[in-house]
Amino acid sequence: MRIPCPFCGSRDSREFVSRGDAAPVRPAGDDAEAMFDYVYLRDNPAGLFEELWYHAQGCRNWLRVERNTRDHTIVGARLARPERAA
Amino acid sequence: MTGQPFRLPHGGLIDRLHTLSFRFDGKAYLGHPGDTLASALLANGVRLFGRSFKYHRPRGVLTAGSEEPNALVTLRSGARAEPNTRATTIELFDGLEATSQNRWPSLGLDLMAINQVFAPLFVAGFYYKTFMWPAKAWEKLYEPVIRRAAGLGAVSGLEDPDHYEHDHAFCDLLVVGAGPAGLVAALDAGRAGLRVVLADENPLAGGHLLSERAGLGGLGGAQWAAMAMAELAAMPHVRLLMRTTVFGRFDDGEHGAIEQVADHLPVPRPGQPRQRLWKIVARRAILATGATERPIVFDGNDRPGVMLASAVSTYCLRYGVAPGRRAVVFTATDSGWTTAHDLLAAGITLVAVIDTRSVVTDALAAPVRAVGVQVLTGGQIIAAKGSPLTSIEARDGTGRTHRFAADLLAVAGGWNPQIALAAHLGHKPAWRADIAAYVPGDTPPGLDAAGAAEGRFGLGDILASGRRAAIDAAQTLGRTINPSPLPHAENTPHAVSAVWASGPCKAKAFVDFQHDVTASDITLAVREGFTSVEHLKRYTTLGMATDQGRVGQVNGHGLLAAATGRALAETGTIRARPPVVPVAIGAFGGHHRGRHFRPERRTASHDWAAAHGTVFVDAGQWKRAQWFSLPHETDWRQSVDREVSATRGGVGLCDVSTLGKIELAGPDVGTLLDRLYINMFSTLPVGKARYGVMLREDGLVFDDGTVTRIADDRWFMTTTTANAAPVMRHIDFARQVLWPDLDVAAVSVTEQWATYAIAGPRSRDLLTAALPDLDVSNAALPYMGATTLRWRGHAARLYRLSFSGELAYELSVPARLGAALVEHLFAVGAAFGLIAYGTEALGVMRIEKGHPAGNELNGWTTATDLGMGRMASTKKDYIGRIMAARPALVDPARPRLVGLRPVDGASAIRAGGHLLRPGAAPVAANDEGFVTSACFSPTLGHPIALALLAHGAQRHGEEVVVHDPVRGADVRALVCDPVFHDPAGEKLRG
Repeated sequence: MRIPCPFCGSRDSREFVSRGDAAPVRPAGDDAEAMFDYVYLRDNPAGLFEELWYHAQGCRNWLRVERNTRDHTIVGARLARPERAA
Repeated sequence: MTGQPFRLPHGGLIDRLHTLSFRFDGKAYLGHPGDTLASALLANGVRLFGRSFKYHRPRGVLTAGSEEPNALVTLRSGARAEPNTRATTIELFDGLEATSQNRWPSLGLDLMAINQVFAPLFVAGFYYKTFMWPAKAWEKLYEPVIRRAAGLGAVSGLEDPDHYEHDHAFCDLLVVGAGPAGLVAALDAGRAGLRVVLADENPLAGGHLLSERAGLGGLGGAQWAAMAMAELAAMPHVRLLMRTTVFGRFDDGEHGAIEQVADHLPVPRPGQPRQRLWKIVARRAILATGATERPIVFDGNDRPGVMLASAVSTYCLRYGVAPGRRAVVFTATDSGWTTAHDLLAAGITLVAVIDTRSVVTDALAAPVRAVGVQVLTGGQIIAAKGSPLTSIEARDGTGRTHRFAADLLAVAGGWNPQIALAAHLGHKPAWRADIAAYVPGDTPPGLDAAGAAEGRFGLGDILASGRRAAIDAAQTLGRTINPSPLPHAENTPHAVSAVWASGPCKAKAFVDFQHDVTASDITLAVREGFTSVEHLKRYTTLGMATDQGRVGQVNGHGLLAAATGRALAETGTIRARPPVVPVAIGAFGGHHRGRHFRPERRTASHDWAAAHGTVFVDAGQWKRAQWFSLPHETDWRQSVDREVSATRGGVGLCDVSTLGKIELAGPDVGTLLDRLYINMFSTLPVGKARYGVMLREDGLVFDDGTVTRIADDRWFMTTTTANAAPVMRHIDFARQVLWPDLDVAAVSVTEQWATYAIAGPRSRDLLTAALPDLDVSNAALPYMGATTLRWRGHAARLYRLSFSGELAYELSVPARLGAALVEHLFAVGAAFGLIAYGTEALGVMRIEKGHPAGNELNGWTTATDLGMGRMASTKKDYIGRIMAARPALVDPARPRLVGLRPVDGASAIRAGGHLLRPGAAPVAANDEGFVTSACFSPTLGHPIALALLAHGAQRHGEEVVVHDPVRGADVRALVCDPVFHDPAGEKLRG
């Protein structure tokens, strides 16, 4: 599998570490239920899926990679960190 | 030594000027460069190559390629012996040795052929049926017997003396197969400037062109192919990989290929790998893998002398070998007639041509009839007899029976396009009734089939198809091909009728030769309800042999369709999976074997340690000094006890460079650290260090370490050796994903610094002498203080940290100065009795001090479990805060860190032992915890241990039993505070 790293270009997936679903957002505050959902609950969709991959053996950027779970097609990848205003 | 009685007087792509000698089953033979083992043995009149898997039937050669199911031999001997090698692909070399397999005592007389008598026992699903009961008899009786009776070659059991390597290639276009379609595609793409990789499993390019008399463009096929290869070889952007089989297609244009670098040599040249595993990343790929012929199922179709018609042509034309003296052709296709013509041209007696079709064109039949060969139309073979083949019983369309004396039967059942690569990603082949073949259905993105793989069988069509595929590929890459005229080629006739079986198929009529699956096995499977192709495969093992069904699968599915009254399009075919050909595990391993199994990381003073008697231990990829053995020391414990005592009584040095080190910079580091650790860091003053504990978001302890504030916006973190990479990833996640608004930069500097712990009551004296320009007094550098310095002109850092519980420092210098620093410290330190200690002494001292380490930070302990709950700040949020408060994680009954000492003051407490109340039965319900770390304490003079014990904090002074059901012997132990040494911490602050 190849991942198009926006920083390094098309790279072998073995350079990356996968973290899974990119959708959960860490809740602020003390809501234990929300934190439980964040830590444990994941969707497992058949089709397009955005997941987090870490380019551990490359630029060390966390990426949001859009992958089709039906056929492993990778639609695209972007930096997880939002672009900062210059 | 014999002559080569079956060598044709002329012809073939062999070098007749040179002769090679080789041995098969101990007997000496001669052949020529260009031969395969199969062609050379056939030239010498050898017909019998091996015995079959289940029934031990005598088997000869069926094919001339990598799909060969029968002629499997063990190549070479000793440690280089390779079982189940296809004689049809082994390139002959001088001195080659091969032996037949699966026969006892000899190939000619095989007593195991008795299995045929018990054939009813070996029917489809026999494993499932026969040996269900009793279970014990399976292990003791049935399985050993079956394993001895059924099977193929045996591995040598010796270490492989050869080596294998991995390589990567990147290209615009990968062309798989250097036959006519592949060569045209590669030429077109190469001429247009595309980066091309052309791979072919054969040593010679040309594919089917090497096996046919019709040439192209006025040239012979082999000649044209050689010219095409010469042109390609001159293109710098084209890579030619011959003897290379592309065995798998994976996601995103990645292909696996195996190059047989030195298999055609007696032994690899010095430094040369035997095989090379390629990962080829291609933007586009063209499948020009051609087609292989399929046999027809009839009684005795496995007898030596029954051969695929295309293989007969190949042996005649490419190898100059007569595969027999008196031949019969049995065909369902026009291509069988090409073989009939080839046989006549080679001067081999052709007795009859039997065509399953009732009408045959004159163009095909007339030249054959003209020389007096009998032609049967609407014909069937009833049985092939003799071993090797002696006679053939046939029937013509009118029902008349014929018997032919013959030693060669060429069978042409139609062509199977080699499309497995197109199906590896789950794309289903489509059945085309007009050519009676599966062709790629929808193909994976970026892959296109051309030539025979696309279902084109006329040479003119094949060339055009290769060109079309190249133009399409170039177009999708935004490139243009300006085609030059294609060489002229005729479309040879290739009409086919779908015939799977012939005659009664009552006796032994084989569908899958290598796994001995017969027509009646398929009938039986259908009768028992296994009517899906995937069930049929698993029940009968059809297609599960090393040829992956390339020979027998389509026939099997045709028979299944017929037996179930379905069309083949409806029956479908099984999913092809990589690898297309068997690939040695050694090739996948590559150089990663023995001590090269994974990279080895050495610290800066590795060589110094090695020269001072150290025994190294693996800590992940790192090599760490475990202890330093003095000449008189005979036991590791002597060394470790000495190192501990010398450190606690004087001064010791330990290489701690493997700890993870991360440098952080920016105005928001303090805020980030507050969120990463349970305790507060933003308040840490410059020049101070603090110990911290990190949790995972689920509330369990992740890692521990220290952070030092080097400057207002510059911080330095250490992690455990094991978690250096995960903590780096965690920090990057926190600063890039969770809180991208924080202005923090972070970088791993683990390998940039060499760090040494200098511990013991004389450590300050040593440093005062070793670093005379620096004030290391308690006032200048108190406990948990840090300072920067220059050592030999380079930046260095000194931290007052202690893992041992003694007055101690950690001194860091740039990694390249590490060895020099150690030399310097020992030069100065001789006066102070400085010794080096390893990870064992380090471990003993941290157990004596009650510091949790990897055994306690085991992924299911909380900070409270480890006695560090009070470190958690209530003034801030941090990762794991909320989940750590879950009821189960704050349950007071959870096992807590305690110390243990033996009641008798002498018995060793073993790590892993479980803790029971005295008198409690040793059952899981009474389990109260377990020992995490244990050692002999030279400081206290008796064994000690750390353990996790239910309600542990309240049970100091109680007695427990350490139960060790694996190694036996229960030990009574007293629960105590985990800090055995200097609980007040006076030594480290002094």
